[in-house]
Amino acid sequence: MSRATLRTLLLFAVLAVTAFALPAFLSDFRAQQFAYVAIYLVALIGLNILTGYTRQISLGHGAFMAIGGYTTAILMADHGVKDIVTIPLAIIVAGAAGVLFGLPAARLSGLYLALATFAIAVATPAVIKKFEGFTGGGSGINLFGTPELTASLTPVKIIGFDVNFNNWLYYLSWTVALIGYVIAWLILRGRTGRAFRAVRDSETAAVSSGISLTRTKVLAFGISAAYAGAAGALFAIATTFVNPDTFPVALSIFLLVGVVVSGLGSLTGLIVGAVFIQFMPLWAQSVSKSPGAPAVVYGVILILLILALPGGASGLISRVLQLTRRGQNFPKP
Amino acid sequence: MADFFQQVVSGLASGGVYGALALAIVLIHRATGVINFAQGEMATFSTYIAWTLTTNHGFSYWPAFAVTLLVSFVGGVGIHQAVIRPVERGPQIRVVIITIGLLLLINGLMTWIWSGEVRSVPSPFPTRTIDVGGVAISVQDIGTIAVCLVSVAVLWAFFQFTKVGLALRAAAVNPAEARLVGVRVPWMLGLGWGLAAVLGAIAGMLTAPSVFLDPNMMQAVLIYAFAAAVLGGIDSPVGAVVGGLMLGVGLNLLGVYVGFVGSDLRLPAALLVILVVLLVRPAGLFGKPQVKKV
Amino acid sequence: MSALLELRDVEARYGPVQALRGVSIEVPEGSVVAVLGANGAGKTTTLRAVSGTVRRSGEILLAGKPLRGGPEAVAKAGIAHVPEGRGTFTALSVVENLRLGAYTRRDRSVKADIERMADYFPWISDRGAQTAGTLSGGEQQMLALARALMGRPRLLLLDEPSLGLAPLIVREIFRIVRELNEKEGLTVLVVEQDARIALNASATAYVLEVGKVAVSGSSAELRDHEAVRRSYLGY
Repeated sequence: MSRATLRTLLLFAVLAVTAFALPAFLSDFRAQQFAYVAIYLVALIGLNILTGYTRQISLGHGAFMAIGGYTTAILMADHGVKDIVTIPLAIIVAGAAGVLFGLPAARLSGLYLALATFAIAVATPAVIKKFEGFTGGGSGINLFGTPELTASLTPVKIIGFDVNFNNWLYYLSWTVALIGYVIAWLILRGRTGRAFRAVRDSETAAVSSGISLTRTKVLAFGISAAYAGAAGALFAIATTFVNPDTFPVALSIFLLVGVVVSGLGSLTGLIVGAVFIQFMPLWAQSVSKSPGAPAVVYGVILILLILALPGGASGLISRVLQLTRRGQNFPKP
Repeated sequence: MADFFQQVVSGLASGGVYGALALAIVLIHRATGVINFAQGEMATFSTYIAWTLTTNHGFSYWPAFAVTLLVSFVGGVGIHQAVIRPVERGPQIRVVIITIGLLLLINGLMTWIWSGEVRSVPSPFPTRTIDVGGVAISVQDIGTIAVCLVSVAVLWAFFQFTKVGLALRAAAVNPAEARLVGVRVPWMLGLGWGLAAVLGAIAGMLTAPSVFLDPNMMQAVLIYAFAAAVLGGIDSPVGAVVGGLMLGVGLNLLGVYVGFVGSDLRLPAALLVILVVLLVRPAGLFGKPQVKKV
Repeated sequence: MSALLELRDVEARYGPVQALRGVSIEVPEGSVVAVLGANGAGKTTTLRAVSGTVRRSGEILLAGKPLRGGPEAVAKAGIAHVPEGRGTFTALSVVENLRLGAYTRRDRSVKADIERMADYFPWISDRGAQTAGTLSGGEQQMLALARALMGRPRLLLLDEPSLGLAPLIVREIFRIVRELNEKEGLTVLVVEQDARIALNASATAYVLEVGKVAVSGSSAELRDHEAVRRSYLGY
């Protein structure tokens, strides 16, 4: 086993243990917050594959989260499907949507794709509202108290322990996140990952090596959308409620921000990115209570980060590691 | 039939505004290769400045308009020099994020300074209608169209006939060669941002009387402006204006005559325009098709 | 004749690659000086060092005064650089290209100068509105030359004018350069791969090899010196 793989496995083990031990030390409220960190992490893992590996900029992944979230909500509320069961279904639906969108999107480059996906993010709430027979329109779908929602009314029993809703949510989200992390790692190690990296480094070279540009890009879109769908499903479960404003433009923006902050192309920085998305607005609010101030702080931090740290969190991490390892260059996991 | 003409005229008015903002976007894209996602927020901020000048400082409309344009110009140049210049040569995603950061920052700033309260802004044009061949046309619409046309014409003259305008065009297409003839390219690009900010301010001030002023006023208009710019060709100033007018009229007629679209799906309709154009003819109506074969 | 341009021990690098390793060149006022050498010898870099397009160390003097700053400052000082590949603004018209050439000038005779260009390049007066990108290679080279002249420069830097052009056109271009030098006293520093034609057009020449001056002297002598021709100039 290579050194890089060993290091990754170690990191993963530490992460898994920390994740599962943490609730014991956290209040109920904090547990919920960290559950959201896991949810964002799931979305970021997917978006990272799209943006970090195949260089397609998406400002619209909130829409795929919405697809996942609404799939879950509709299945639970209208068809009595248990919440956990809806997750794989949400993944499939969102993934299919991703492939469908990926086909035309593969022909758009850089800024144009960003523009198109931005427009999608802005237009999604209006579309959701329009098809109200299906989506519950402006009033949305309420999941609170429905029997399909695990632990919502009474604590659920796991291995003999009584787990309340927030902790259940925490464990569910982190389990999905860790599974997703492993799957992404496997994908990126393999042929698909190599194809992604080839496309990222040079499209011309990739094509001359026989890689189908369209197929690779579409695949990346589908995979990233699937992850967003999973995150959306978890999001719906967590908020116990979906309406057109659950997945606003800001969400899509924050997802991209999270990926960029984490440093494109590395899985380890993504956790930093997820924490950033969840806690930055809260921290910004603590700086100043006046409305609008959090957005100002957020914007300023974002701009400063881009100007000062080109490599994002991963870049910073690898630079620190390089210093501590006395100049040895470690490949990123 | 009268209804149709009214819709066309008001479509031209809103289309003029889309075109002005689209022109700002095209200007920045031509000069610095950047799509400025914060263009709408910058326009709203300018509108707030105009509002505060007239409401709190006793300016009358047109002097406030002029001062706002000046302030917006300086602001646009400043933003470029401060946060865009360091990243405009690097990977596109970094620039996108910077403009997104600006979007958040400016939006938050407006809420912070002026609160999210919705404010009404008086129009410089009388709100009555005039009779043209039996059809009632709003004077405000005519005024809006006129202001847009004049602005575009002035800008065009600037680019065609002045030395600085020529230098800006040169800096946009061949920055390295422009430096060799003595053009201070970074300042030219800043100038481009300043002019774009002025256009945005005009678009904002023309929008406010009809939709009321609040921090999110221009968000939808930005999408329409994107659609107009894409439709016209993202590097074509003529395209931006024509695209805007076409879009304004088209969306109006679509909204009135296709019940399903109505006013609910106006924004998604614009999105559809963006997607279809980018897929079928990415260069837009007036752009030059770029060959990038892999 | 005093030196209009002097390079003293100039070094320049592109990242880790050292392109100039201490080049010293003198360009007397009113003369044509050629810089020759193989590909990668540092010829283009020499011109870039003068025009400030590349970072360099060492001294560069214009009429005895140190020349500093980037291309904008150098243009203002009266040096016109026609780069490799001509550098015409292909999206702009012929006349607009010429107007840009006069960018640093503040006097009022720009329009008159455009008409003067027709003396050297007769086809310009008919094709003023044509987009520069649609011109032939030779015409673009001439346009680039005309643009440089519009600035009324003291010194003309010419980078590989023969690149991609038919021999007949190249000869015409060098004829014009010689005419400009003789009639208007224009000082020219020309970089060329085609050593033969460059030596015919210049008074002095420097041959560069891996970033250093290998041979220099009067062009007439270099032209007749067989050993030099064989080893450095390839003919």
